[in-house]
Amino acid sequence: MEFDTVTISRLITAMTLTFHIIFATLGVGVPLFISLAEFIGIKKKDKHYELLAKRWARGFVITVAIGVVTGTAIGLQLSLVWPNFMQMAGNVIALPLFMEVFAFFFEAIFLGIYLYTWDRFKGKYTHWLISLPVVIGAGMSAVFITTVNSFMNSPDGFTITNGEFVAVNPIEAMLNPSSPTRIAHVLGGSYLTVAAILATIAAIALLRKKGAADYHKKALKMTVISMLVFSILTAVAGDTSAKYLAEHQTEKLAAAEWLFETEENADLILFGWLNENNEVVGELRIPGFLSFLAHGDFMSEVTGLEVTPEDERPPLVIHYLFDLMVSIGFFLIGISFLYLVLSKFKRWNVHNKFMLWMLALSGPLAMLAVEFGWIFAELGRQPWIVRGYMTVSEAATSSPYILHMFFLFLALYIVLGTLFVITLRKLFKDNPVELELEKHYPELEKGDKK
Amino acid sequence: MSYEIVGITVLWLFLYGYVIVASIDFGAGFFAYYAKVTKRDHIINQIISRYLSPVWEVTNVFLVFFFVGIVGFFPSTAYYYGSALLVPASFAIILLAIRGSFYAFENYGSKQSNVYMFLYGATGLLIPASLSVALTVSEGGFIKEENGVVSLKYLELFTSPLAWSIVGLAITAILFISASFLTYYASRANDKPALNLVRRWSLFWATPTIIMALTTMIFLGQHNQRHFDNMLDLWWVFGLSMGFFLIAMGLLYIGRNYGTAFIAIMLQFFFAFFGYGAAQYPYLLDPYIHIESSVTNESMGLALIIVFIGGLLMLIPSLILLMRLFLFNADYAKGKK
Repeated sequence: MEFDTVTISRLITAMTLTFHIIFATLGVGVPLFISLAEFIGIKKKDKHYELLAKRWARGFVITVAIGVVTGTAIGLQLSLVWPNFMQMAGNVIALPLFMEVFAFFFEAIFLGIYLYTWDRFKGKYTHWLISLPVVIGAGMSAVFITTVNSFMNSPDGFTITNGEFVAVNPIEAMLNPSSPTRIAHVLGGSYLTVAAILATIAAIALLRKKGAADYHKKALKMTVISMLVFSILTAVAGDTSAKYLAEHQTEKLAAAEWLFETEENADLILFGWLNENNEVVGELRIPGFLSFLAHGDFMSEVTGLEVTPEDERPPLVIHYLFDLMVSIGFFLIGISFLYLVLSKFKRWNVHNKFMLWMLALSGPLAMLAVEFGWIFAELGRQPWIVRGYMTVSEAATSSPYILHMFFLFLALYIVLGTLFVITLRKLFKDNPVELELEKHYPELEKGDKK
Repeated sequence: MSYEIVGITVLWLFLYGYVIVASIDFGAGFFAYYAKVTKRDHIINQIISRYLSPVWEVTNVFLVFFFVGIVGFFPSTAYYYGSALLVPASFAIILLAIRGSFYAFENYGSKQSNVYMFLYGATGLLIPASLSVALTVSEGGFIKEENGVVSLKYLELFTSPLAWSIVGLAITAILFISASFLTYYASRANDKPALNLVRRWSLFWATPTIIMALTTMIFLGQHNQRHFDNMLDLWWVFGLSMGFFLIAMGLLYIGRNYGTAFIAIMLQFFFAFFGYGAAQYPYLLDPYIHIESSVTNESMGLALIIVFIGGLLMLIPSLILLMRLFLFNADYAKGKK
């Protein structure tokens, strides 16, 4: 079979990242909600929240395990599959990679302590305090890794003279122009996605009516409020991220918005497709809105794709990824807002079938948005691995065994994914909330049934 | 001291840390399976799982630390080792993944199945075997670079007595370190039957470890004369290593001070490991990566060292807390908490 190593290198990395990002997102977000639940539980003296924290933590252990192994995989794969890129990265952007390991180390230590010390401290807040380094460590990991990815989009902090890196400034490379907005978007998006997934779990439990309704309603309320907060923050961060693109990485925005010619008062194109003459058809058009989104002014000029040399343009398919991500984002804002409005009025049942179904959909949709967002970010940088300096084909390995490795890892992820689902199901099926409430908190049972 | 020396010392220290903590973990996997097969699992598996469950993620980070750090300090290692080790390192990743998920799926999920116990035991021996390829390759002669393409000479590697003796040394050392640690842990937990069992294992594995170490020395002398001669110049370092080994053996044999015995074993490996590393100077990959010419630029080197010191100031207290809660807390070890 004919294949070229660059394509397989891209595929193997895409596969690893697509799989890893699920667990990385959960890894960043879940600790925040465990910590929040435990805190509310102590404050309100409500055992339901304590149990929430415990059960989320139990599930979290499994996701962390897969996050660790796939994270180790991608960490090593970067050197194995992209040796030339890592040689360059080592010179300029090694600092945040190094810091990420520290952040994770820190998180891992305290996670170990947190999980095994539920009843070992006298003060109630002592155990909760241990959750904070986990939350911070998880968040900082995301921050550091995002700066590396941002560097690939907007390399900064060095100059090249005769093929050598000179005047390297590791801090400047880390805090490159696109870092701040992307960090905000990644963090916000992770918290939003995890809130949505936890809401999905509660909503499905309520739909199945297996009992412990109070417990699940509290979980739902807490996670949906978080969803609203983080979906708005993520949207704002996404907007500033797009404004950054309009300023510094015009080809990415132009390809995402199908803006082929530079234009004033540019329309925002939603979905649609391209006919054989490369004209947009079947789209939704919002007049002047792209100019407004890009520069905050309906009459402003937005740079089109024509200024970028043809062989340096990203693939146009990213338009769909971008639109899908944004659509899901607005769906999440809408549904969580609707939930809050309904819950303010006692007359309407906020836990009606429709609401619960919509909330049950939120989690999977949010995770899809994360995937779309990352694929958009990565494809939108093509053909570069470090924009303006190194292309993916220059960076890839030349090893002929890369195809074999692709299938090896494919098999690994299939096995890991399957075992993950089986174990989680087992873990929670063998020990349902109702049973655990009855066993450990018999005093709550009565209140639950009224 | 120059950046490259600070850098490689720090990285070597982390690799040493990984060798110790991972050996305990890998060996424990093998012993757990062996005990199950010989129907003695009720004696020791409680001890093993109580120690390993809270610390396994920490073990993995030592390794990640090493390979991220070495790319930072010596970027050309990514190019040479990354290109050459695609296959062996990918296998190591797969094995680490199987092992890592063992904890998640078995310990938290369901009761122990034989298949998974087998994989857990087997990966404990196969991971060090596949990782040790990196050490073998560093001796030179196993990599070729043609037209800018770096590749591994598989035939030379698989037929090299040096490669196989390093694999053998890795496995025997792991079993020896692990058994000695479990001896100490069992004595902390005051678990007599377990103590007797693991102490016997520890005494048993000492001999093959030393035999493999000497065998490796001999083959190294045939393969890389420079490295071998440098090691002979550092004879006193290896002498110290041997001295600590004898102290540990004495204590294990008499049957007292298991904590001191384990520390002596840690020192034994510390001196051997650093003697071996120092003798490899000035190469990180003979003859392609020379430590002085491959070091990263000054500002990155400085930044990495500052972060490293800051990181340690944060990590050391946390690690001490972790150890006090689990490792050195006698009640926890006994299973009371």
